[in-house]
Amino acid sequence: MAKVTINETLCKGCGLCVDACPKNLLELATDHINAKGYHPSTMKDQSQCVGCASCAIMCPDVAITVER
Amino acid sequence: MAEKVLMKGNEALAEAAIQCGCRHYFGYPITPQTEVAAYMSKRLPKEGGTFLQAESEIAAINMVLGATSAGVRAMTSSSSPGISLKSEGVSYIGGSDLPALIINVQRGGPGLGGIQPSQSDYWQATKALGHGDFQLFVLAPSTIQEMVDFVSLAYEVGEKYRVPAMILSDGMLGQMMEPVEFPTKKDEPVADKPWATNGHQNKRKKNIINSLYIQPEELENLIKERYERYAKIKENEQRAEEFMCDDAEIFVVAFGASSRVSRSAVMQARAEGIKVGLIRPITLWPFPDKTIEKNVDKAKKFLCVEMNMGQMVDDVKLVVNGRKDVEFFGRTGGVIPTPAEVLGEIRRLAGKEN
Amino acid sequence: MAVVFEKPKALADVPFHYCPGCTHGIVHRLVAEVLDELGVEGQTVGVASVGCSVFSYNYFNCDMVQAAHGRAPAVATGLKRALPDNVIFTYQGDGDLAAIGMAETVHAATRGENITVIFINNAIYGMTGGQMAPTSLPGQVTQTSPYGRDVKTAGYPIRVCELLSTLSGTALAQRVTVDSVAHVREAKKAIKKGFENQINKRGYSIIEVVSTCPTNWGLSPKEAINWLRDNMLPYYPLGVYKDVTAEEGGDK
Repeated sequence: MAKVTINETLCKGCGLCVDACPKNLLELATDHINAKGYHPSTMKDQSQCVGCASCAIMCPDVAITVER
Repeated sequence: MAEKVLMKGNEALAEAAIQCGCRHYFGYPITPQTEVAAYMSKRLPKEGGTFLQAESEIAAINMVLGATSAGVRAMTSSSSPGISLKSEGVSYIGGSDLPALIINVQRGGPGLGGIQPSQSDYWQATKALGHGDFQLFVLAPSTIQEMVDFVSLAYEVGEKYRVPAMILSDGMLGQMMEPVEFPTKKDEPVADKPWATNGHQNKRKKNIINSLYIQPEELENLIKERYERYAKIKENEQRAEEFMCDDAEIFVVAFGASSRVSRSAVMQARAEGIKVGLIRPITLWPFPDKTIEKNVDKAKKFLCVEMNMGQMVDDVKLVVNGRKDVEFFGRTGGVIPTPAEVLGEIRRLAGKEN
Repeated sequence: MAVVFEKPKALADVPFHYCPGCTHGIVHRLVAEVLDELGVEGQTVGVASVGCSVFSYNYFNCDMVQAAHGRAPAVATGLKRALPDNVIFTYQGDGDLAAIGMAETVHAATRGENITVIFINNAIYGMTGGQMAPTSLPGQVTQTSPYGRDVKTAGYPIRVCELLSTLSGTALAQRVTVDSVAHVREAKKAIKKGFENQINKRGYSIIEVVSTCPTNWGLSPKEAINWLRDNMLPYYPLGVYKDVTAEEGGDK
């Protein structure tokens, strides 16, 4: 069981986490933007997440916290 | 009573720095100041200090910035072309409100110039050693004893007001030897430097030493605060010597090496009955306008004697403000004026035959 | 559930100004993680350089000093000589370290200054809008090489790790990258080794991080990662170019 929390304020929608996730669980939101106009990364299916933290490791904005 | 030692100017400067707690010297060889570095290279390791011959004068001034950020007394020395190299670093030091000691043993310029003494870096030291609105506290020694005494003064004033300091010497003072006394009371560095970046040890907030302020209003406020400190320096730290000025009508104004020549000329002129005195600026920044001002009314003429094409004369003219004639006599390129030449000028101003 | 990944303590709570996908952010985080793991934030003084990372003094929680362009190794030298028991690092880009600062870089290395140098090599000058860098590749189009870098007039790129590995004062010269999770982990190990070397007084350590600049390369973050793999890594091979601790068969 694992939980990924993405700080939408810090996220710049760069997409590196989306590519890093080995299970393709992340995507850039299409239905909303943050205050800076970026499409933040969002978790599609938390239940599949194993907490590998690959997303957090690749995030250049330290926007992701991972719990396991 | 302290013992007198016969020392060469450059070496006396270095020894004075060590005696007032400077343990970090960063420099580069250049004539006529290399003895400062050579002396430091022998003495500092024995005092557990750092002597580092840097890869360039640019690297040396930046090493001074680093060391002084840590809260220690640091120093560099060079001569005219090397001082030009340091400009940017000095601006960063001034813009970061750091104390530091920079020695310029002036030589003929511009460019590679010559290796004989000059005073042609006056403007650089007092108006333009680096871009931006800032000043250095500038001292002009005229004897080897002053070379010694001014080192602790430069550090004290620098640390009190958080301003870098320069001792503007020249090749003649650097190379000559005179007996000197070192003060028996050793200066302790100002203990408290709460702004220093020496590791917060988790006991205080982090310190940042910086000169970058992207918001114009913030930068302006910082500069204005810095200028309030400069105003205090101007008020409290001007220094000058008045020699035979009490009843003088002609005032020779000269600093450093040219003041030695001028002093001889003034004495000879007095022996001929000419009422002449010497005002010798000791601080070049702040310029001792109070001393000039108090003599303007009784003066008939001012004669500035410099080893350049006329730099300090502008500052005298600013104070005199058109009220009296201000004339200039100078030699440059490394040529030292003779007392006879200066005497000739004094006689000319006094209306006497030469 | 326990937290297994969060912002390191040595990193300030200040959002980065870097472009989306810029790998500066990853490297800042790695440096902060290492400072946390080694427990040295309180003794550390970082030296900020001039480039996109000019505001790094806002991003780290240790004491920071801002240096002039290229002069960080000299400022670091002054700091280290005044504070020999503290931890001093510089964080520099390719213009700062290998153009204007090349003399300071080489001499700090050859003196074996006990400092740690983090070198961000993205083959371009980011802050000033994408000009050619000493590490820009032959044929690379930049603002000041609009027809592609012509080696006949602009010369060849400099391989800094290889250059510094020839100097006896260099304790560690390692080139890493941050294009993948595996490589980020290796980069962190190298950075940690660089700081440990300093603590163990082994000499000068430089970790060259091959990085992206999506904005000035004119690519998306993902495309930039691919460009890095296809073009940068063949010219700047990853690896250890000098490691005195390895030569001695390991430290401690």
